[in-house]
Amino acid sequence: MVVASPLAAHLLVAALLFAIGLAGALTRRNAILVLIGIELMLNAANLNFIAFWRYGPHPEALTGMMFAIFSIAVAAAEAAVGLGLVIQIYRHARTTDLDQMNRMKG
Amino acid sequence: MSFVFYLIAALTLAGGLAAVLLRNTVHCALALTVAFAGLALLFLGLDAQFAGFAQILIYIGAVAILVVFAILLTRSSETMQEGVFSKSWFAGLVIAAGVFAVLGWAVLESAHALPFETAAPRVTVRDIGNALVGRYVLPLEIVALLLTAATIGAVIVALHEKERAR
Repeated sequence: MVVASPLAAHLLVAALLFAIGLAGALTRRNAILVLIGIELMLNAANLNFIAFWRYGPHPEALTGMMFAIFSIAVAAAEAAVGLGLVIQIYRHARTTDLDQMNRMKG
Repeated sequence: MSFVFYLIAALTLAGGLAAVLLRNTVHCALALTVAFAGLALLFLGLDAQFAGFAQILIYIGAVAILVVFAILLTRSSETMQEGVFSKSWFAGLVIAAGVFAVLGWAVLESAHALPFETAAPRVTVRDIGNALVGRYVLPLEIVALLLTAATIGAVIVALHEKERAR
């Protein structure tokens, strides 16, 4: 394998996961699948934080770890509000197809 | 890098790909759970035990269940007739490929400068707890407030408004 550094290997995995999530968020029709893509991107960022914390110069300072923990908490809040919004939009428009939600007026 | 890392990374990426590509939405949610579990294993492999178990608890325990509930409440499991991908899927794919090309190029270009295997950090959950109530107590309080507001907000947003209909 060309990548000898474990940090680079983790960063590549995170980049690939981020690209997969971005592709999902940009190409799927269903609003819930778009949220799933966003969750994948957030998780890829968390993997970056943890990898940099582990191989950084001062892991005992816990900076990257704390950032990842707070990021997980914010992502959980985002998921709850986002899915609540999707449910409300479904009640209103009877669909979760994003291509049909092309107007601001209800 | 060890064989175990490649195995877990392949599992995670396969889960992520399946979550994005599968037609049935419930299968997508299950594949997402596999991706979350793989990420938790990656965290454990990086000596971040607390983050790994928090990942399992929060993502597999809460977020994946929330996604399944949302899918069942909106009847998204019935596959759409016009296909599952949007009209502008090609542009989205090109953008994602471009982003990955830039990120991968940046990592590979700087790979020789990145650190190699270092000693495992001696960090216990006690240290994390001390840091949370010591140096990071203000962010902790803000996150607590945010989670409370998000919970109330999600309930209010998803609440069925029967009073207005009457």
